[in-house]
Amino acid sequence: MSGVIKYFADILHGIKTLWGGMRITGKYFLSPKEIVTQQYPEIRHKQKIVYDRFKGEVIMPHDENNQHNCTGCGVCEMYCPNGSIEIITKKIPGENGKMIKVIDKHIYHLSMCTFCGLCIKVCPTQALAWGQNFEHAVYDRSKLTKVLNKPGSSYKGLNKKKEAKS
Amino acid sequence: MDTKLKNYIVKENGDIILNMGPQHPSTHGVLRLEVVLKGETVKQVVPHIGYIHRGIEKMCEYDTYKQIIHLTDRMDYLSAHMNNEAVCLLVENALGIEVPERVKYIRVVLDELTRIASHQLWWSAYGMDLGALTAFFYGMRDRERILDIFEESFGSRLLHSFNTPGGLMHDVHPNFQKHTMEFVKYFRKKLPEYHQLLTDNVIFRNRTQGIGVMSKETAIAYGVTGPSGRGSGYSCDVRKIAPYGVYDQLEFEEIIYDEGDSFARYMVRMKEIEQSLNIIEQAVDKITDGPYTAKVKPIIKLPEGEYYQRVETARGELGVYVVSDGKKFPYRMHFRSPNFNNLFVLNTIAKGHLIADLVAISGSLDLVIPDIDR
Amino acid sequence: MHDRIYDFSQLTHHIDQALRSVMSPTWTVITELVIIGLIFLGFYALLGLFLVYAERKVCALMQNRIGPNRVGKWGTLQTVADLIKLLTKELVYIKRSDKFLYNLAPFIVIVASFLAIAAVPFAKGLQAVDLDIGIFYIIAVTSLGVIGILLGGWASNSKYSLIGAMRSGAQVVSYELSVGLSLLSIVIFTGSTRLSTIIASQADGWWIFKGHIPAVIAFLIYLVAATAEINRGPFDLPEAESELTAGFHTEYSGIKFAMFFLAEYMNMFLVAAIATTLFLGGWMPFHIGHWDAFNRIMDYIPSIIWFFGKVFFIIYVIMWFKWTFPRLRIDQLLKLEWKYLLPLNLINTIIIAFIVMMGWYF
Ligand code: SF4
Ligand code: SF4
Repeated sequence: MSGVIKYFADILHGIKTLWGGMRITGKYFLSPKEIVTQQYPEIRHKQKIVYDRFKGEVIMPHDENNQHNCTGCGVCEMYCPNGSIEIITKKIPGENGKMIKVIDKHIYHLSMCTFCGLCIKVCPTQALAWGQNFEHAVYDRSKLTKVLNKPGSSYKGLNKKKEAKS
Repeated sequence: MDTKLKNYIVKENGDIILNMGPQHPSTHGVLRLEVVLKGETVKQVVPHIGYIHRGIEKMCEYDTYKQIIHLTDRMDYLSAHMNNEAVCLLVENALGIEVPERVKYIRVVLDELTRIASHQLWWSAYGMDLGALTAFFYGMRDRERILDIFEESFGSRLLHSFNTPGGLMHDVHPNFQKHTMEFVKYFRKKLPEYHQLLTDNVIFRNRTQGIGVMSKETAIAYGVTGPSGRGSGYSCDVRKIAPYGVYDQLEFEEIIYDEGDSFARYMVRMKEIEQSLNIIEQAVDKITDGPYTAKVKPIIKLPEGEYYQRVETARGELGVYVVSDGKKFPYRMHFRSPNFNNLFVLNTIAKGHLIADLVAISGSLDLVIPDIDR
Repeated sequence: MHDRIYDFSQLTHHIDQALRSVMSPTWTVITELVIIGLIFLGFYALLGLFLVYAERKVCALMQNRIGPNRVGKWGTLQTVADLIKLLTKELVYIKRSDKFLYNLAPFIVIVASFLAIAAVPFAKGLQAVDLDIGIFYIIAVTSLGVIGILLGGWASNSKYSLIGAMRSGAQVVSYELSVGLSLLSIVIFTGSTRLSTIIASQADGWWIFKGHIPAVIAFLIYLVAATAEINRGPFDLPEAESELTAGFHTEYSGIKFAMFFLAEYMNMFLVAAIATTLFLGGWMPFHIGHWDAFNRIMDYIPSIIWFFGKVFFIIYVIMWFKWTFPRLRIDQLLKLEWKYLLPLNLINTIIIAFIVMMGWYF
C-alpha cells in the first residue's frame, strides 16, 4: 500500500516542481519590462553604452595645437608583451643647433594588442590613454595598424622648453 | 547500403566510435572526446586535448613578471582575476612585498565576484547541456551585472589584467563599493529563481542524481579539486587549507557534499555562490582608503630559487611554479591548472552511463578548455 | 439564427452549386479537390511561418529578450526571410549515403503531417473530409512521420543521425499508446469516432468540464504524450542538441531541412487541433450553464476564431513546456511512459467507462 501512496506522491511532487519552473518562465513571459537586451546599432546614438574607463584601443591624446605628450622614449615599446608598439624616432635640429631625438611614428598594431594596459601605465609622460571606440571591424588587417601621433604633430614639451628659454 | 558502409558506422563487435568535438555544442570549447559506445551506453571516453595549445608556459619564459599577468588571463578566462592573483602573490611573497590593506580586500571582493560570475555562467551552460534553454539566459542576464561592475572599474569585462605584482594597475572606480552591494542585493533576490527553475525540477534531479559518482578516493587519486572535488567529500578549498590574502580574516564555510554525483557538484557550486555573497558583504565594508599599490621596482627580478603559490579559482586549485635564475624572466614557469586534472577523471566516472549522461557529467565538472591546453 | 451567420457549409454549398452548374459532376469533384489542396498548401505554408515566428517570440519573451525585430514590423517578416534563405541554400551532397532514402525522408515526414490536416474541423462546416473513423485516421496518419525520421537518420550515414533516429523510433512507438488511450476516453464518452459528432456532443459543455476529473487527467496525459510524440522539448531526444548536435537531421540542409522543420511545427498544430476538438469543444463557443446573455455574446464570436484561439492556447502551453524544462534521458522517457502515463491512463479509461455506464456525466 505504501508503495502505491509513494507512487502517487511522486507524481504529485513531480507536477508541483514542474509547475514551479513554469511559474518562473510564465512570469517573465508576462512582464515585458524585464527585457534586458539592447538594440545595438541604434542604442549607440541614444546613450553611452560603454563606461568611461572602457579599454577600446590605445590612443594618444592631442591638444588643440596638435601637440601630444610623447617624447619617443620607447618605454612603452619595451614593456609591451606582444610587440604591438613600434617607436620610430627621428632627429631634428633643436634650439642651439644640437640634434634632438623626437617621435616620428608611434605605430600601434591593434590586432596584436591584448589590452593589458602596461604601455599606458608605464609611459613616463602619460602620453597614451584608452579610447572608447570598440567598433574595430575592418576588411583588411593592415588597417588595424595605426600611427598614433597625428601627422604634423609635435611634442608638447618642446615648446615649453622654448618658452622657458625665451 | 553496402557492407563497407555498415562497418564504417558500427564496428565488428557492435561498438560505435563517436567523436564528440572538437566542434560540438556541449564540450564548451575545442575539446575532442572520443567516445566508444555500445548502443547508447558509454564504454570508454578518451579525451583528446591540445586543439587550443598556445604555449603559454613557454611564452612566460620570455616575459617579465609584469607581462606574465596578461597571459594568465587567457588560461582559465572565467577566473581571470584569480589567475592574475596567483602570479602576483608568488612575486609578492618571493620579494616580501607588503601589499596595502585596501588592495587585499579589493582583491578578495574581485575574487568572489569572479567566482560568482563563473558559477553563473556554468549554471547557465549546465542548464543548456541538459536542455533547459531558458536557464541559460537567466544566468547570463545576472552575470551581466557583475561584468558591468568590472567594466566600470577596469575597462574590460572578462580578461581584465587588473592585478600587478604589488597591487593593482590603478584604483577602482569610486562607485565600486556601491555597485557591488547593489549587485549582492539584486542577486540574493534572483537566486531562489535559479533553484525553482532547475534545482527543484524533478527532471533535472533525475538527470543528475546518482550520475557520474566520483568517490573521494578517485577524486584524490586524480587530483580533482574545486567544487568537483568537494562534491566528493574531499576538503580541498585552498582558501581554507592554505589561506592567502585576507581569507583567514573572513568568515565563510567550505561547502562539502559527500554524494559525489553530478547533483552534489551542482549543489556545491550553488551553495558557494551564497558563501561568496557573504564574503563580499564582509569584505566590501573593510575596503579602507589608502594606496592601490605598494612600491615595486620597475624591473622585478626574483632571487634564484624555486617558488610555488596556489590559489583557489572557480574550478579548483591553481598552482604556479616558478624556477628563477635571478634574471628578469623566469627560467621555467609551470601552471598546475585545475581543469587538466578535472577532465581526465571523466573516463572513470562516465563509464557505463548513457551518452546523455556523459554530457551531464562533463558539464558538472565545469571544464574550461583553454585552461587544459594552455 | 446567429449561428447561421458563421456557418461555412452555406458558403461551401454555394461554391459547389456554382461549380456543378458549369461542369459535369466528375469534373466538379476534381476541381474541388484541387481547390482544397491549394488552399491547404497555402494555409500550411502560412501557418508554418506564423508558428515559427510565434515560437521565437514566445521563447524570447520568456528569456527576457525581444526576439525577432528587424525584418518587417516587430520582425513579422523574419520567418519569410529565413525561408528565402533556406530555399536558396546549398543542398549538401553526402558521400556514401543512401541517396534515394535520404531524399525521400523529408517528403514522408511532411506528407504525413499534410494528410492529417484534411480531417481537422476548422470551423462550423469547414472540414475537408468528415470521416467515420476521424480520430483513428488522424492517429494512424500522424504516426507515419516517424518512418521518415528513421529513414532520414539511417540513410544519412552519420552516427549522430542514427542514434537520433533510433531514439525517435522508440519514443514514438511508446507514446503512441498513451495518445491513443487518452483519445479513447473521449470516444467512450461520445460513443463515436466521427469528429463532427464529437464536436456536436460538446454544444452544452466541453468534455474537459463535462467529464469530471478523469477527463482532465486524460487531457493532461494527452498533452504530455503528444508533446513527446511530436519530438518537442522536453522530449526532443531525437534532436537533443547538446548531445547529438541536431539528431536525425544533422546532415540535412536547405529546403530538406526546412521540411523537417516545418513538419515539426505542423505536427504541433495538429496535436493542438486534436486536443481542441476532443477536449475543448472544437469550434464550439464557451458557454456557462444558464447565463443566456453571456452565452449569446459568446455565440457572436465566429467559430473559426474559437477554434484557432483554443489551438493557439494549447500551442502556447506546449512551447511553455519546451522553454522551461530540461530534457529527459531516453530511459527516463520510456519509464515515464510505461511506468506512469500508461498505467494511469488504463485506470483512467476504466473509470471513464464506469462513469459512462452509470451515466454520471452531464
Ligand atoms: S595595452 Fe598591452 S598589449 Fe596593448 S599595446 Fe599596450 S602594452 Fe601592448
Ligand atoms: S608613448 Fe610614452 S612611453 Fe611610449 S614612447 Fe612616447 S613617451 Fe615613451
